[in-house]
Amino acid sequence: MTNNNYNPLLIYQANKHLFKRGDVHERLGINMSNDSELLKIQDLYACIDDTSILKGINLEIKPGEIHAIMGRNGSGKTTTANIIMGHPDYEVESGTVELNGKDLLEMETWERAREGVFLSFQYPQAVPGLQVGNFLRKSVAATLGEEAAKGKEFRNKLKESMKELDIPSSFLGRYVNDGFSGGEKKRFEILQLMLMKPKLAILDETDSGLDIDGIRTVAKGINAAIRGTESGALIITHYSRILEHVKPDKIHVLISGKIVKTGGPDLALELEEKGYDWLEGKSES
Amino acid sequence: MTDNEAREVVGDYKAGWHDPENSTIRFDAGLSEQVVRDISELKNEPEWMTEMRVKAFKHFDERPMPTWGNMSMLEEIDFESICYYLRSSKATENDWEDVPEDIRNTFDRLGIPDAEQKWLSGVTAQYESEAVYHSIREDLEKQGVIFLDMDSGLREHEELVKKWFCSVVPYSDNKFSALNTAVWSGGSFIYVPKGVHVELPVQAYFRINAKNMGQFERTLIIADEGSSIHYVEGCTAPTYSTDSLHSAVVELVALPGAHIRYSTVQNWSANVYNLVTKRGIAHEKAKIEWVDGNIGSKLTMKYPSVILKGEGSHAEVISVAYSGSGQHQDAGAKIHHLASNTTSKILSKSISKDGGRGSYRGQVTVSPKAENCKLNVVCDALILDENSRSDTYPTMEVANPTARCEHEASVSKVSDNQLFYLMSRGHSEEEALALIVNGFFEPFTRELPMEYAVELNKLMALEMEGSIG
Ligand SMILES: Nc1ncnc2c1ncn2[C@@H]1O[C@H](COP(=O)(O)OP(=O)(O)O)[C@@H](O)[C@H]1O
Ligand SMILES: [Mg+2]
Repeated sequence: MTNNNYNPLLIYQANKHLFKRGDVHERLGINMSNDSELLKIQDLYACIDDTSILKGINLEIKPGEIHAIMGRNGSGKTTTANIIMGHPDYEVESGTVELNGKDLLEMETWERAREGVFLSFQYPQAVPGLQVGNFLRKSVAATLGEEAAKGKEFRNKLKESMKELDIPSSFLGRYVNDGFSGGEKKRFEILQLMLMKPKLAILDETDSGLDIDGIRTVAKGINAAIRGTESGALIITHYSRILEHVKPDKIHVLISGKIVKTGGPDLALELEEKGYDWLEGKSES
Repeated sequence: MTDNEAREVVGDYKAGWHDPENSTIRFDAGLSEQVVRDISELKNEPEWMTEMRVKAFKHFDERPMPTWGNMSMLEEIDFESICYYLRSSKATENDWEDVPEDIRNTFDRLGIPDAEQKWLSGVTAQYESEAVYHSIREDLEKQGVIFLDMDSGLREHEELVKKWFCSVVPYSDNKFSALNTAVWSGGSFIYVPKGVHVELPVQAYFRINAKNMGQFERTLIIADEGSSIHYVEGCTAPTYSTDSLHSAVVELVALPGAHIRYSTVQNWSANVYNLVTKRGIAHEKAKIEWVDGNIGSKLTMKYPSVILKGEGSHAEVISVAYSGSGQHQDAGAKIHHLASNTTSKILSKSISKDGGRGSYRGQVTVSPKAENCKLNVVCDALILDENSRSDTYPTMEVANPTARCEHEASVSKVSDNQLFYLMSRGHSEEEALALIVNGFFEPFTRELPMEYAVELNKLMALEMEGSIG
């Protein structure tokens, strides 16, 4: 029976520590990205205008995993998301951010997007005059290639996704986030997520400002885009509600630019009950 | 600076090549009454036109330069170094095969014959001073639509021309309308009979090829009762280190119930002065629309205007202006509500970049007798960097208290967050900027025929290239 279960990859994974990074993988023809971290953040320190905001973030997400970051307003959640995506306002003082072993900090924002990083914005920006349909087609072409944005397949996927998110087809003629309600903006972010099929989706407060139905719809979109794929997601929120619909594998608590606690899905309920005060001053060792 | 250097400085102006100059007739540079008379004689014109030209010349000669706008740029115009008449082809042909090869190649490269086959009712192509090609669909001709170059118009329909020429824009309107009336050559003459709707646009294309050239086309469109027409014009020129002058006059007459739409995509090279007078008169329930895009030129001064003379008439001016390095687009609109229940709408959008300057100059008036007029003015400016500039000079003179006026103005900048948002969707910084800029112009481009809109978007994307420091 044990023989039937022989799987070199599992054996390798169990004994990973025995191999030196890099050279063995190559010799065995094993692609690092398949079993190692999708996202790996190490000792990340960052500041804005000389105010230090992130003070040593460590985070690892494996393919197929969904993690959540929870924390009060101002704890550095958006900063973390923006730094992964490459916002020009922040300065990384030290640390690394890697996607499938590739250094993201070296790349321009659009290169990160083409590499498979997607950010659902807390405050999506309006671009008056840029039609939603046109923007979606151009963005899919930019990230997944011209072919992916052409033809029937794309149109069907678009139709299907819009239906799933309760977005009417008239939406395609509107201008990007221009005059959108809060809920429309969030659903539009998820529509982009579903079409752009990123490797890593970061969702910054996608649930805030949505009612129960809205949260359910958006969660459906996230699950459809991530679950059952090799992609991963990082859900940033300060409510536990969305996490009831998108069960995270891990939850991290961010306080003053540091992850002070990591736990399973139950941690969300605990935080709901007790708030964040009991974690103040704590630090994950 | 040599011409090659000039081309280098302006970078990616795609229409900047020039053909060897094969003029069959080229007047010496400079302007005098004799030059004016020579042009008229060469064209074998009736006496009244010669006299009108001479009167206009005298007015031009005496009239000082405008004391507003970009006076320092205006002062740089050297009227004596300009050639006022240049003919490169013996005749106006109606078959592209008969147009001299190098000229035909130029229009081929600009895509005119191709567009003509696909989606136009008629085409006129002017090269320097004269139309080199002209044609109209047979079915329209059968319905009595007249579409000619202005010189042929004068020859074949003298009475109509005599009746309307200078009736909308008198030569004494301004210094440059006087200049145009004195030395005009080429342009379009259009008459649409009662009730005829010209479904597909007619297109005019103006090309300056020679150095130090002056192009002075003259266009007159008369839409008879209940008729409609959409006229589209485009223009380009080679890039030279010395300046050329384009000074046109366009007159529109929309008789009761008629509808004229006049669309322009002006993309002169950055050494062309573009000083144009455009005006229309709208009679009862008529509608005049100017859709005016100014992308090129060194200095443009152009304020398409409409006189709402008949009750219930309507005017619209939708314009965009792009000013890059060394450019000043001084553009806007003028609308005069002379009759009751008239409505107007002005939408002006300008972008300035790399030290370019955009000015909106608008004037809307409502006369005391005009009851229940509605006017709406929106002007938006987008400034892409610190060195660039945008000014607005709006005036409204409303002498009737029943008028309903709305006015909005905004100046905005492209924000880092907007760029970041678009870049996070895989668009490079230049592409992101082009998406924002084309979005800003969208209310304009959506009014253009699709083919033009696509071209304009490409053009703006080119302008955004290499713009990120
Ligand atoms: N552009 C900025 N300039 C100065 N301080 C900023 C800026 N953006 C964020 N901050 C500060 O950084 C801290 C973290 O902000 P943020 O990451 O947006 O928090 P969160 O998303 O967790 O609410 C806050 O104290 C906030 O005031
Ligand atoms: Mg935030």
